[in-house]
Amino acid sequence: MSTTQAPPKGSFSLANLVKLDKKSKAALSDPMSENNPITVQVLGICSALAVTVQMQTAVVMSMAVISVLCLSNVVISLMRNHIPSRIRIIVQLSVIASLVIVADQVLRAYLYDVSKQLSVFVGLIITNCIIMGRAEAFAMANPPGKSFLDGLGNGIGYSIILCAVAFGRELFGAGSLFGLQVVPQFLYDIGYVNMGLMVVPPGAFILLGLIIWGQRTMTGYVEEN
Amino acid sequence: MSDFRVLRFAIIVCLGCSVVLSAAAIGLRDRQQANLILDQRRNILKSVGLFQPEMAEEELNATYNERMVGLVVRADGSVVEGRNPTELDPEQEPDLLPVYQRVDDGEVAAYTIPVSGKGLWSTLYGYFALDADLNTVRGITFYQHGETPGLGGEIDKPWFQENFVGKKILDDAGNLRSITVVKGTAADRYPDPDELVHYVDGISGATITSNGVTALLEAELTRYRPYFETLRNGMGRTT
Repeated sequence: MSTTQAPPKGSFSLANLVKLDKKSKAALSDPMSENNPITVQVLGICSALAVTVQMQTAVVMSMAVISVLCLSNVVISLMRNHIPSRIRIIVQLSVIASLVIVADQVLRAYLYDVSKQLSVFVGLIITNCIIMGRAEAFAMANPPGKSFLDGLGNGIGYSIILCAVAFGRELFGAGSLFGLQVVPQFLYDIGYVNMGLMVVPPGAFILLGLIIWGQRTMTGYVEEN
Repeated sequence: MSDFRVLRFAIIVCLGCSVVLSAAAIGLRDRQQANLILDQRRNILKSVGLFQPEMAEEELNATYNERMVGLVVRADGSVVEGRNPTELDPEQEPDLLPVYQRVDDGEVAAYTIPVSGKGLWSTLYGYFALDADLNTVRGITFYQHGETPGLGGEIDKPWFQENFVGKKILDDAGNLRSITVVKGTAADRYPDPDELVHYVDGISGATITSNGVTALLEAELTRYRPYFETLRNGMGRTT
């Protein structure tokens, strides 16, 4: 069980973040950089490759993951003292799966076109290791408030990378951002061509590799042997 | 913890999840249905060349209601009066076929039919439209499939669909000769223009999806042949 106190009431709004105690702040900010789920823990790579051809799909996917991650962390944290340890994995999975199905249904109702493009990948959030990883590693041992922040932090950490990869892929692969043309026509006239490699999955691998390299150089992170 | 308490906890979790899922499914059903109908209309309009990307929901519905007439035909080609094709359930009445007509100033300018068939991983669903001569292809769309993005998934891309425009489904004798998706570039393999009108470029790396498109067009056009024959004979008499 956790030894630290839950963050004070009303601390969820961004304006109040400064008032968070140190550990809560770490739960929120660590996964954005030093302990980023994609670049450091190398989790959730599958969707980072699949939905990053365009900014729009990447942003919607990010929102879906953030919502599912925050809610699953809170729900599992609320139940943490009652979950029999023998069946805890399947209980976590049931909670996560239900939340993912709800997220998918909401997208189908309100963002139909994007949900069609995301196709199976919304459903595959269930298998995204980040979510189950956070449930098992954090929410099972921490109160709901902090688990929420941990979910938010990891979700945002995931989203930053997803959007960065999508930014590069859409800009260089299609010359546009959010579907709007940004590379001016005169560049095409003098011989500029879109990079076909960026549209295909290997393009995402290369960009992701560069991002991981850059980020690890900045934080000085080294894999232990 | 005793087995009983584990079981009790599991049941509570299951019940909780079921309630949440049922509530979401029922609460959002109307909105999802509206999206499906809108998407169907969009694809019907797209196949007959009436769709503009900037069309909003109301405009799309208005265009559909003004310009498209839906009817239901039997397998022998006769028209069933008083039926709306959108209400057809293919599972219940497999012998009834929906047809949508694009009407320009009271004249039928194009016919579009729903097409579906197996690709590699999934069933492909789309619309296939013919000009008023019932021979020249007006357009094709695929709106639902589960093929690999970048490979078989290319069937929903404009370059693949534009391939079909202007192709013919009848040979010189007026018999059905459906369109074949070739491996590679059609023009390289069939330089004769009279032949080329029955072939379109394939998708590299997606031979099974391409063959699926060929097969589904052949099958659907065969199903609709009696109806199209009836219309063609009608045209022969009046002109």
